[in-house]
Amino acid sequence: MDWELFWASLWPIVRGGLIGTIPLSIASFAIGLVIALLVALARISGIRVLSGIARFYVSVIRGTPLLVQLFVIFYWLPSLGLLIDPWPSAVIAFSLNVGGYAAEVIRAAILSVPKGQWEAGHTIGMSRTTALRRIILPQAARVSVPPLSNTFISLVKDTSLASLILVTELFREAQKIAAFSQEFVMIYMEAALVYWVFSLVLSTAQSRIEKRLDRYVAH
Amino acid sequence: MSPTESPSRASVRGSGPLLEVRGLAKSFGDREVLRSIDFTLHAGKVLVLIGPSGSGKTTVLRSLNGLEQPEAGTISVAGGEVAIDFAGPVSAAKRLALRDRSAMVFQHYNLFPHLTVLQNVTEGPIVVQKRARADAEAEAMALLERVGLVDKRDAFPFELSGGQQQRVGIVRAVALRPQLLLFDEPTSSLDPELVGEVLTVMKELAEEGWTMVVVTHELVFAREVADEVLFLDGGVIVERGAPERLFTAPTQERTKQFLNRLLFPF
Repeated sequence: MDWELFWASLWPIVRGGLIGTIPLSIASFAIGLVIALLVALARISGIRVLSGIARFYVSVIRGTPLLVQLFVIFYWLPSLGLLIDPWPSAVIAFSLNVGGYAAEVIRAAILSVPKGQWEAGHTIGMSRTTALRRIILPQAARVSVPPLSNTFISLVKDTSLASLILVTELFREAQKIAAFSQEFVMIYMEAALVYWVFSLVLSTAQSRIEKRLDRYVAH
Repeated sequence: MSPTESPSRASVRGSGPLLEVRGLAKSFGDREVLRSIDFTLHAGKVLVLIGPSGSGKTTVLRSLNGLEQPEAGTISVAGGEVAIDFAGPVSAAKRLALRDRSAMVFQHYNLFPHLTVLQNVTEGPIVVQKRARADAEAEAMALLERVGLVDKRDAFPFELSGGQQQRVGIVRAVALRPQLLLFDEPTSSLDPELVGEVLTVMKELAEEGWTMVVVTHELVFAREVADEVLFLDGGVIVERGAPERLFTAPTQERTKQFLNRLLFPF
């Protein structure tokens, strides 16, 4: 084992994570959640056209590989005359992907809130929108934190696919060092280690959020 | 916190009826759950609905709060200030107006689990009625004091007993200052020893002059507090009258049978 190379490449790989993987994940997840909420609301809206479109979207996202989605966005947008850099292409692709998966999580979470909560909101005079915002979504949030955390941790790892459209991120940095040094096994294991540490940090954050949101539930 | 303190309610007193229900009808699929329900309720009076399960009494109550939509009939509150004809489509605005006049206490309490006791009570006044937070909280605290739950103000619902939760449910309804308090089997989910604390609060509200419609199986409560009792069965009002008369000398066979079953279950 070439420890000198190991230590020398650690910072470039971590740095790739800090400037690539993490911002890419956070931006995509934030935009993806907004998409997911809109799609979930469309699905439970009872308006057939809206729920049909939403269902189709979820079906396409879940039924096709993320890598294919990424390539379609990357190669298709320029053909429409939209010349955008790899980074925004990746954000768009990952956001749409998260939107599809998280929509189902959020929809299930909203439906898991008992009907009596809607009625209690109505009886104190709330409109549907207000009841959704003040009563239903806060309770749905608690239910959806564990599955959404899984979505986020998966996303962090999936962003390694962005290396294929030449986005500078953790895995792309590792690839460059591996190609240069020919120490493929060690460098890729090092990359795996860094991903793993990132995931551990995120899991800790997840259990903290869960604990905070669980304070109003009997144990 | 007597109902006469609110000017909008006081103006209704002594004039016509506060609530007029005419020809209410509803089916779920093929099953007719309500057929031509008529009744009138004057301000400050307590109406109790009794009847076997599936008789339609809860559907009547929920219709008064816009939680159920009948297919025919009219509901008029405060001399027509809010008037809904269910024969046509009912706008969301009308449903909100109906809810503005009434507030429901649910069988399963339906407190907001993510809010504290105080927040449960002030959510409506602050968020919906746009009252100043300080005023809403002061009023909520006064109401909680009355039902003996001031020390629970910062507790979450799961930390309370059923009886405590239902008392919060009642306070949440009263804090909205509705003209009409609706109770849907408020003690049916409670352990027997907790029923009394809830009925006591309801009795006090009746004595203060709140106008109430109560669906209940508590005949002793009905007898003591109700001004009028309606016995429903099969979606129709089988018999109605003052509680002393209806409970001691029912004229309809079905009423007799029902009361007998409640008084002598086996």
